[in-house]
Amino acid sequence: MKIGILMSRVRVEEKMLLAALDRFAVPYERIDDGAAQFDLSDPSPWMQYDAVLERSVSFARGLYATQVLNAWGIPTVNMAHVAATCGDKLVTSAAFSRAGIPQPRVKVAFSAEAALQAIEEMGYPVVMKPVVGSWGRLLSKINDRDAAEAILEHKEILGSYQHSVFYIQEYIKKPGRDIRAMVIGDQTVCAIYRSSAHWITNTARGGQGEVCPVSPELNEICVSAAKAVGGGVLAVDVLEDPDRGYLINEVNHTMEFHSLAPTTGVDVAGLIVDFTLKVARGEIKANLPAFSLPAIAKVEHKASVPAYANYGTMRMR
Amino acid sequence: MSPEVTAKCPECEAEIALKDVMEGEIVVCPDCGVDLEVTSLEPVTLDLAPMEEEDWGE
Repeated sequence: MKIGILMSRVRVEEKMLLAALDRFAVPYERIDDGAAQFDLSDPSPWMQYDAVLERSVSFARGLYATQVLNAWGIPTVNMAHVAATCGDKLVTSAAFSRAGIPQPRVKVAFSAEAALQAIEEMGYPVVMKPVVGSWGRLLSKINDRDAAEAILEHKEILGSYQHSVFYIQEYIKKPGRDIRAMVIGDQTVCAIYRSSAHWITNTARGGQGEVCPVSPELNEICVSAAKAVGGGVLAVDVLEDPDRGYLINEVNHTMEFHSLAPTTGVDVAGLIVDFTLKVARGEIKANLPAFSLPAIAKVEHKASVPAYANYGTMRMR
Repeated sequence: MSPEVTAKCPECEAEIALKDVMEGEIVVCPDCGVDLEVTSLEPVTLDLAPMEEEDWGE
Protein backbone atom coordinates (compact mmCIF):
# COMPACT_ATOMS: atom_id res chain seq x y z
CA MET A 1 0.00 0.00 0.00
CA LYS A 2 1.19 3.48 -0.82
CA ILE A 3 -0.34 6.87 -0.16
CA GLY A 4 0.40 10.02 -2.15
CA ILE A 5 0.09 13.36 -0.43
CA LEU A 6 -0.38 16.17 -2.90
CA MET A 7 0.72 19.51 -1.53
CA SER A 8 1.94 22.94 -2.49
CA ARG A 9 3.57 24.18 0.63
CA VAL A 10 4.15 22.73 4.04
CA ARG A 11 1.84 24.45 6.48
CA VAL A 12 1.44 23.41 10.11
CA GLU A 13 -1.27 21.00 8.96
CA GLU A 14 0.97 19.27 6.43
CA LYS A 15 3.66 18.85 9.07
CA MET A 16 1.08 17.22 11.33
CA LEU A 17 -0.14 14.97 8.50
CA LEU A 18 3.37 13.89 7.51
CA ALA A 19 4.12 13.14 11.17
CA ALA A 20 0.92 11.08 11.37
CA LEU A 21 1.85 9.15 8.21
CA ASP A 22 5.22 8.40 9.80
CA ARG A 23 3.48 7.26 12.98
CA PHE A 24 1.20 4.91 11.05
CA ALA A 25 4.34 3.61 9.31
CA VAL A 26 2.65 3.76 5.91
CA PRO A 27 4.69 4.11 2.74
CA TYR A 28 3.89 7.50 1.29
CA GLU A 29 5.25 10.00 -1.14
CA ARG A 30 5.04 13.76 -1.14
CA ILE A 31 3.83 15.07 -4.46
CA ASP A 32 4.59 18.73 -5.18
CA ASP A 33 1.65 20.09 -7.17
CA GLY A 34 3.93 22.65 -8.80
CA ALA A 35 6.21 19.93 -10.17
CA ALA A 36 3.59 17.29 -10.96
CA GLN A 37 2.43 16.53 -14.48
CA PHE A 38 -0.22 14.19 -15.73
CA ASP A 39 -0.13 12.36 -19.04
CA LEU A 40 -3.75 11.57 -19.72
CA SER A 41 -2.74 8.71 -22.00
CA ASP A 42 -0.37 7.16 -19.46
CA PRO A 43 -1.61 6.83 -15.91
CA SER A 44 1.07 4.24 -15.02
CA PRO A 45 3.31 6.53 -12.91
CA TRP A 46 0.31 7.25 -10.69
CA MET A 47 -0.96 3.70 -10.32
CA GLN A 48 1.46 3.10 -7.44
CA TYR A 49 -0.88 5.09 -5.18
CA ASP A 50 -3.79 3.37 -3.47
CA ALA A 51 -5.13 6.75 -2.43
CA VAL A 52 -4.02 10.36 -2.67
CA LEU A 53 -4.54 12.85 0.13
CA GLU A 54 -5.08 16.21 -1.52
CA ARG A 55 -3.66 19.17 0.41
CA SER A 56 -3.05 21.73 -2.33
CA VAL A 57 -3.25 25.29 -1.15
CA SER A 58 -4.48 26.10 -4.66
CA PHE A 59 -8.11 25.16 -5.27
CA ALA A 60 -7.54 24.80 -9.02
CA ARG A 61 -4.53 22.52 -8.71
CA GLY A 62 -6.24 20.31 -6.14
CA LEU A 63 -9.45 20.13 -8.13
CA TYR A 64 -7.90 19.26 -11.48
CA ALA A 65 -5.36 16.84 -10.06
CA THR A 66 -8.09 14.90 -8.26
CA GLN A 67 -10.31 14.96 -11.34
CA VAL A 68 -7.59 13.23 -13.33
CA LEU A 69 -6.77 10.79 -10.52
CA ASN A 70 -10.43 9.91 -9.97
CA ALA A 71 -10.85 9.40 -13.71
CA TRP A 72 -8.08 6.82 -13.48
CA GLY A 73 -9.84 5.13 -10.59
CA ILE A 74 -7.47 6.40 -7.92
CA PRO A 75 -9.50 7.47 -4.89
CA THR A 76 -8.65 10.81 -3.34
CA VAL A 77 -9.36 12.42 0.00
CA ASN A 78 -11.34 14.35 -0.82
CA MET A 79 -12.85 13.29 -4.12
CA ALA A 80 -12.82 15.76 -7.01
CA HIS A 81 -16.58 16.25 -7.02
CA VAL A 82 -16.42 17.20 -3.34
CA ALA A 83 -13.72 19.79 -4.11
CA ALA A 84 -15.79 21.11 -7.01
CA THR A 85 -18.76 21.59 -4.68
CA CYS A 86 -16.91 22.94 -1.64
CA GLY A 87 -14.58 25.18 -3.62
CA ASP A 88 -17.45 27.18 -5.02
CA LYS A 89 -19.79 28.88 -2.58
CA LEU A 90 -22.69 28.91 -5.00
CA VAL A 91 -22.37 25.22 -5.82
CA THR A 92 -22.19 24.54 -2.07
CA SER A 93 -25.35 26.59 -1.45
CA ALA A 94 -27.10 24.76 -4.27
CA ALA A 95 -26.11 21.40 -2.72
CA PHE A 96 -27.45 22.57 0.65
CA SER A 97 -30.64 23.75 -0.99
CA ARG A 98 -31.09 20.40 -2.61
CA ALA A 99 -30.46 18.48 0.62
CA GLY A 100 -32.55 20.80 2.77
CA ILE A 101 -29.60 21.92 4.91
CA PRO A 102 -30.42 25.11 6.86
CA GLN A 103 -28.33 27.97 5.50
CA PRO A 104 -28.45 31.76 5.36
CA ARG A 105 -30.61 33.12 2.58
CA VAL A 106 -28.60 33.33 -0.64
CA LYS A 107 -29.31 35.09 -3.90
CA VAL A 108 -27.28 35.00 -7.07
CA ALA A 109 -27.32 37.40 -10.00
CA PHE A 110 -25.13 37.77 -13.06
CA SER A 111 -25.21 41.50 -13.68
CA ALA A 112 -24.63 44.48 -11.40
CA GLU A 113 -28.17 45.72 -12.07
CA ALA A 114 -29.80 42.42 -11.16
CA ALA A 115 -27.49 42.10 -8.14
CA LEU A 116 -28.45 45.54 -6.86
CA GLN A 117 -32.11 44.66 -7.20
CA ALA A 118 -31.54 41.37 -5.36
CA ILE A 119 -29.69 43.17 -2.55
CA GLU A 120 -32.42 45.81 -2.18
CA GLU A 121 -35.05 43.08 -2.01
CA MET A 122 -33.07 41.12 0.59
CA GLY A 123 -32.51 44.22 2.73
CA TYR A 124 -29.33 45.62 4.28
CA PRO A 125 -26.90 44.56 5.50
CA VAL A 126 -25.92 41.77 3.11
CA VAL A 127 -22.65 39.93 2.64
CA MET A 128 -21.19 39.59 -0.83
CA LYS A 129 -18.62 36.87 -1.40
CA PRO A 130 -16.56 35.72 -4.36
CA VAL A 131 -17.81 32.24 -5.34
CA VAL A 132 -14.22 31.01 -5.27
CA GLY A 133 -11.98 32.22 -2.49
CA SER A 134 -10.97 31.51 1.05
CA TRP A 135 -9.46 32.90 4.23
CA GLY A 136 -12.10 35.63 4.28
CA ARG A 137 -10.62 37.29 1.20
CA LEU A 138 -12.71 39.92 -0.60
CA LEU A 139 -15.79 39.45 1.56
CA SER A 140 -17.89 42.59 1.70
CA LYS A 141 -20.50 43.47 4.28
CA ILE A 142 -22.73 45.94 2.49
CA ASN A 143 -24.67 48.22 4.78
CA ASP A 144 -26.41 50.53 2.33
CA ARG A 145 -27.13 51.26 -1.31
CA ASP A 146 -24.11 53.54 -1.75
CA ALA A 147 -21.79 50.77 -0.63
CA ALA A 148 -23.63 48.24 -2.82
CA GLU A 149 -23.18 50.37 -5.94
CA ALA A 150 -19.49 50.91 -5.22
CA ILE A 151 -18.75 47.23 -4.52
CA LEU A 152 -20.68 46.07 -7.58
CA GLU A 153 -18.81 48.48 -9.82
CA HIS A 154 -15.48 47.34 -8.43
CA LYS A 155 -16.34 43.68 -8.73
CA GLU A 156 -17.32 44.06 -12.37
CA ILE A 157 -13.79 45.17 -13.28
CA LEU A 158 -11.84 42.85 -10.97
CA GLY A 159 -10.72 40.66 -13.84
CA SER A 160 -11.81 37.12 -13.16
CA TYR A 161 -15.18 36.30 -14.69
CA GLN A 162 -16.13 34.76 -11.37
CA HIS A 163 -16.36 38.19 -9.78
CA SER A 164 -19.31 38.89 -12.05
CA VAL A 165 -21.19 36.01 -10.47
CA PHE A 166 -22.73 37.97 -7.64
CA TYR A 167 -23.22 35.77 -4.60
CA ILE A 168 -25.34 37.65 -2.09
CA GLN A 169 -25.86 36.25 1.37
CA GLU A 170 -28.10 37.43 4.16
CA TYR A 171 -26.04 38.87 7.03
CA ILE A 172 -26.49 36.72 10.14
CA LYS A 173 -26.29 38.57 13.44
CA LYS A 174 -24.13 35.87 14.96
CA PRO A 175 -22.99 36.21 18.58
CA GLY A 176 -19.42 37.39 17.76
CA ARG A 177 -18.40 33.88 16.87
CA ASP A 178 -19.00 30.99 14.54
CA ILE A 179 -18.36 27.28 14.82
CA ARG A 180 -15.75 25.29 12.91
CA ALA A 181 -16.62 21.60 13.12
CA MET A 182 -14.50 18.76 11.78
CA VAL A 183 -16.42 15.94 10.13
CA ILE A 184 -14.64 12.74 9.22
CA GLY A 185 -16.85 10.21 7.47
CA ASP A 186 -20.10 10.10 9.39
CA GLN A 187 -18.96 11.70 12.63
CA THR A 188 -18.23 15.20 13.90
CA VAL A 189 -14.95 14.57 15.70
CA CYS A 190 -14.46 18.00 17.28
CA ALA A 191 -15.50 21.63 17.02
CA ILE A 192 -14.35 25.06 18.13
CA TYR A 193 -15.94 28.43 18.49
CA ARG A 194 -14.06 31.07 16.52
CA SER A 195 -14.51 34.43 18.17
CA SER A 196 -13.63 37.83 16.84
CA ALA A 197 -14.71 41.39 17.39
CA HIS A 198 -14.67 41.66 13.59
CA TRP A 199 -17.63 40.27 11.65
CA ILE A 200 -15.22 37.95 9.82
CA THR A 201 -14.41 35.27 12.41
CA ASN A 202 -12.04 33.21 10.27
CA THR A 203 -8.93 32.21 12.26
CA ALA A 204 -6.90 33.14 9.16
CA ARG A 205 -8.08 36.64 10.00
CA GLY A 206 -7.24 36.54 13.70
CA GLY A 207 -10.33 34.78 15.10
CA GLN A 208 -9.61 33.01 18.40
CA GLY A 209 -10.51 29.38 19.07
CA GLU A 210 -12.21 27.83 22.08
CA VAL A 211 -13.71 24.34 22.51
CA CYS A 212 -17.30 23.93 21.33
CA PRO A 213 -19.04 20.85 22.73
CA VAL A 214 -20.37 18.59 19.96
CA SER A 215 -24.03 18.12 20.88
CA PRO A 216 -26.10 15.48 19.05
CA GLU A 217 -27.85 18.34 17.23
CA LEU A 218 -24.58 19.94 16.11
CA ASN A 219 -23.20 16.55 15.08
CA GLU A 220 -26.27 15.77 13.01
CA ILE A 221 -26.41 19.05 11.13
CA CYS A 222 -22.66 19.00 10.41
CA VAL A 223 -22.69 15.40 9.18
CA SER A 224 -25.74 16.18 7.01
CA ALA A 225 -23.95 19.22 5.55
CA ALA A 226 -20.83 17.14 4.87
CA LYS A 227 -22.91 14.46 3.16
CA ALA A 228 -24.73 17.11 1.12
CA VAL A 229 -21.43 18.12 -0.49
CA GLY A 230 -20.35 14.53 -1.09
CA GLY A 231 -18.76 13.52 2.22
CA GLY A 232 -15.21 12.74 3.27
CA VAL A 233 -12.89 14.76 5.50
CA LEU A 234 -14.52 18.14 5.80
CA ALA A 235 -14.56 21.25 7.96
CA VAL A 236 -18.05 22.65 8.37
CA ASP A 237 -18.55 26.31 9.28
CA VAL A 238 -21.71 26.88 11.27
CA LEU A 239 -23.42 30.17 12.16
CA GLU A 240 -25.74 30.54 15.12
CA ASP A 241 -28.81 32.54 14.24
CA PRO A 242 -30.65 33.98 17.26
CA ASP A 243 -34.01 32.76 15.84
CA ARG A 244 -33.30 29.89 13.48
CA GLY A 245 -30.49 28.15 15.34
CA TYR A 246 -27.68 26.51 13.40
CA LEU A 247 -27.16 27.60 9.80
CA ILE A 248 -24.42 26.10 7.66
CA ASN A 249 -22.24 28.75 6.08
CA GLU A 250 -19.77 26.67 4.09
CA VAL A 251 -17.74 23.48 3.99
CA ASN A 252 -13.96 23.36 3.47
CA HIS A 253 -12.40 20.40 1.70
CA THR A 254 -8.67 21.06 2.33
CA MET A 255 -9.16 22.50 5.77
CA GLU A 256 -6.67 24.07 8.07
CA PHE A 257 -6.82 22.73 11.60
CA HIS A 258 -3.95 24.50 13.35
CA SER A 259 -6.44 26.01 15.83
CA LEU A 260 -8.85 23.08 15.96
CA ALA A 261 -6.39 20.32 16.90
CA PRO A 262 -4.51 22.02 19.77
CA THR A 263 -7.67 23.64 21.15
CA THR A 264 -9.68 20.42 21.29
CA GLY A 265 -6.80 18.01 21.89
CA VAL A 266 -8.18 15.80 19.10
CA ASP A 267 -5.57 14.24 16.83
CA VAL A 268 -7.16 15.57 13.65
CA ALA A 269 -4.16 14.68 11.48
CA GLY A 270 -4.17 11.11 12.80
CA LEU A 271 -7.89 10.77 12.06
CA ILE A 272 -7.43 12.14 8.53
CA VAL A 273 -4.61 9.67 7.85
CA ASP A 274 -6.67 6.82 9.34
CA PHE A 275 -9.59 7.76 7.05
CA THR A 276 -7.25 7.96 4.03
CA LEU A 277 -5.88 4.49 4.79
CA LYS A 278 -9.42 3.11 4.99
CA VAL A 279 -10.16 4.67 1.59
CA ALA A 280 -6.92 3.18 0.21
CA ARG A 281 -7.87 -0.27 1.50
CA GLY A 282 -11.35 0.06 0.01
CA GLU A 283 -13.00 -0.07 3.44
CA ILE A 284 -14.58 3.29 2.78
CA LYS A 285 -16.08 3.87 -0.63
CA ALA A 286 -16.32 7.40 -1.91
CA ASN A 287 -19.82 8.69 -2.44
CA LEU A 288 -20.99 9.48 -5.91
CA PRO A 289 -21.34 13.13 -6.90
CA ALA A 290 -24.41 14.59 -5.27
CA PHE A 291 -25.59 15.99 -8.58
CA SER A 292 -25.51 12.68 -10.36
CA LEU A 293 -28.33 11.48 -8.15
CA PRO A 294 -31.88 11.81 -9.43
CA ALA A 295 -32.98 15.42 -9.52
CA ILE A 296 -35.39 16.98 -7.07
CA ALA A 297 -38.90 15.83 -7.88
CA LYS A 298 -40.68 18.82 -9.32
CA VAL A 299 -44.34 17.91 -9.19
CA GLU A 300 -45.35 20.16 -12.05
CA HIS A 301 -42.77 18.52 -14.36
CA LYS A 302 -43.83 14.96 -13.64
CA ALA A 303 -45.28 14.46 -17.09
CA SER A 304 -44.99 11.18 -18.98
CA VAL A 305 -42.87 12.88 -21.63
CA PRO A 306 -39.20 12.08 -21.12
CA ALA A 307 -36.89 15.03 -20.55
CA TYR A 308 -35.62 16.64 -23.76
CA ALA A 309 -38.23 14.77 -25.82
CA ASN A 310 -39.15 18.02 -27.54
CA TYR A 311 -35.60 19.06 -28.15
CA GLY A 312 -35.58 18.10 -31.83
CA THR A 313 -38.77 19.95 -32.67
CA MET A 314 -37.61 22.98 -30.71
CA ARG A 315 -34.46 23.15 -32.78
CA MET A 316 -36.49 22.94 -36.00
CA ARG A 317 -38.31 26.17 -35.27
CA MET B 1 15.86 16.55 16.15
CA SER B 2 18.09 17.81 13.42
CA PRO B 3 20.82 20.31 14.24
CA GLU B 4 20.34 24.00 13.67
CA VAL B 5 21.47 25.25 10.29
CA THR B 6 21.70 28.72 8.86
CA ALA B 7 20.68 30.07 5.49
CA LYS B 8 20.79 33.48 3.92
CA CYS B 9 17.67 35.55 3.33
CA PRO B 10 17.57 36.32 -0.43
CA GLU B 11 15.86 39.64 0.32
CA CYS B 12 18.02 41.20 3.05
CA GLU B 13 20.96 38.75 3.30
CA ALA B 14 20.35 38.13 7.01
CA GLU B 15 21.65 34.80 8.33
CA ILE B 16 18.56 32.89 9.46
CA ALA B 17 18.83 30.03 11.95
CA LEU B 18 16.56 27.12 11.05
CA LYS B 19 15.74 23.94 12.94
CA ASP B 20 13.61 20.95 11.91
CA VAL B 21 12.47 22.53 8.66
CA MET B 22 11.00 20.61 5.75
CA GLU B 23 11.27 21.26 2.05
CA GLY B 24 8.28 23.36 1.05
CA GLU B 25 7.91 24.94 4.47
CA ILE B 26 7.35 28.68 4.73
CA VAL B 27 9.49 30.62 7.19
CA VAL B 28 9.52 34.31 7.95
CA CYS B 29 12.78 36.24 7.90
CA PRO B 30 13.18 37.66 11.43
CA ASP B 31 15.09 40.65 10.07
CA CYS B 32 13.02 41.88 7.11
CA GLY B 33 9.78 39.94 7.65
CA VAL B 34 9.54 38.53 4.11
CA ASP B 35 7.94 35.08 3.59
CA LEU B 36 10.52 32.54 2.48
CA GLU B 37 10.14 29.01 1.19
CA VAL B 38 12.62 26.29 2.06
CA THR B 39 13.51 25.09 -1.44
CA SER B 40 16.06 22.44 -0.54
CA LEU B 41 17.49 20.82 2.57
CA GLU B 42 21.07 19.81 1.75
CA PRO B 43 22.21 22.47 1.79
CA VAL B 44 19.30 24.48 3.13
CA THR B 45 18.31 27.14 0.64
CA LEU B 46 15.65 29.79 0.88
CA ASP B 47 13.74 31.54 -1.87
CA LEU B 48 11.05 34.17 -1.79
CA ALA B 49 7.73 32.40 -1.16
CA PRO B 50 5.19 32.62 -3.99
CA MET B 51 2.65 35.40 -3.65
CA GLU B 52 -0.79 34.34 -2.49
CA GLU B 53 -3.02 33.53 -5.45
CA GLU B 54 -6.71 34.21 -5.70
CA ASP B 55 -7.66 30.51 -5.53
CA TRP B 56 -5.53 29.77 -2.47
CA GLY B 57 -7.23 28.72 0.68
CA GLU B 58 -8.70 25.77 2.47
